[in-house]
Amino acid sequence: MQDISLHILDIVENSINAGASLIEVTLDEYLKNNSLSLKIRDNGKGIEKKNIKNILDPFYTTKKGSRIGLGLPLLAQAAEEAGGELKITSSVETGTEITAVFIHDHIDRKPLGDISETLIDLVAAKGLKLDIFYSHNKNGNSFIFDTREIKKELRDVNINNPEILKFLKKRIKESLNEIKEKGD
Amino acid sequence: MKKLKIGDLEKIREKVRKTSNLRKGQARANITVHMGTCGIAAGARDIMSMLLEEIERNKIDDVLVTTSGCAGFCSKEPMITIEIKGEPPVKYGDLTKDRMKKIFAEHIIKGNIVEKFALAIGSEHTY
Repeated sequence: MQDISLHILDIVENSINAGASLIEVTLDEYLKNNSLSLKIRDNGKGIEKKNIKNILDPFYTTKKGSRIGLGLPLLAQAAEEAGGELKITSSVETGTEITAVFIHDHIDRKPLGDISETLIDLVAAKGLKLDIFYSHNKNGNSFIFDTREIKKELRDVNINNPEILKFLKKRIKESLNEIKEKGD
Repeated sequence: MKKLKIGDLEKIREKVRKTSNLRKGQARANITVHMGTCGIAAGARDIMSMLLEEIERNKIDDVLVTTSGCAGFCSKEPMITIEIKGEPPVKYGDLTKDRMKKIFAEHIIKGNIVEKFALAIGSEHTY
């Protein structure tokens, strides 16, 4: 994976496969502490206790017809290479929460990449059934994207309509650029 | 806390409501982008974004795009499956943006399978 936005897309696909109807992605950039934290929380079916200990083993998966599961091990590797770590908490009642922490200015910390593209691709593919809440904080400047609010505004129009997607992508890009410039 | 500026959303909603005729189950075609870890690492997101751009640019409103996990041919990623209503699904592999553009113009718009880039048709016919 070249950047963090691709890791987000990958981990969110896990949440979708776990039957989640709401996925919350939080990116916190604390430049004072020199840290970058990525949290992905879902309300999917969770991971059974007996499987948690194997979750970072790339040759362990519960997927039928597959022998490998690389998504989480790759994110863990990305975090560790940038002086951080990956934590997973999960229960079958509440779902799964993944937190990856990176040293912000670590030379091996992957760039954020194109978050707007990741969000729009998810909305385009799964937006009718799935809700996505994205929050990005950089040095006190925050941005929130919540498909539940957008859907409320759209009423009888589908959120995955091409023109709506184009509009949302442009707006997300602008907002993210704003907090990037202000936060630097 | 800054929320997404959605001031113009109502205007676009009105415009879309008048022109869009796609209802659930009415899509002429369904395109699945394989978004397993292997697909994403090989560039599936670029393929997906290109598809969305082409759909928007060509003002197509009867094609749905969705995603799925790994299809089991990791070395052939990025991959998509195109299902035109009433026809067997066609899998395309080793995609690039250029190839995707050609497949979109030929298969989605004109209805002709691009055999050069096809991996399989249905579950029996393999190229």
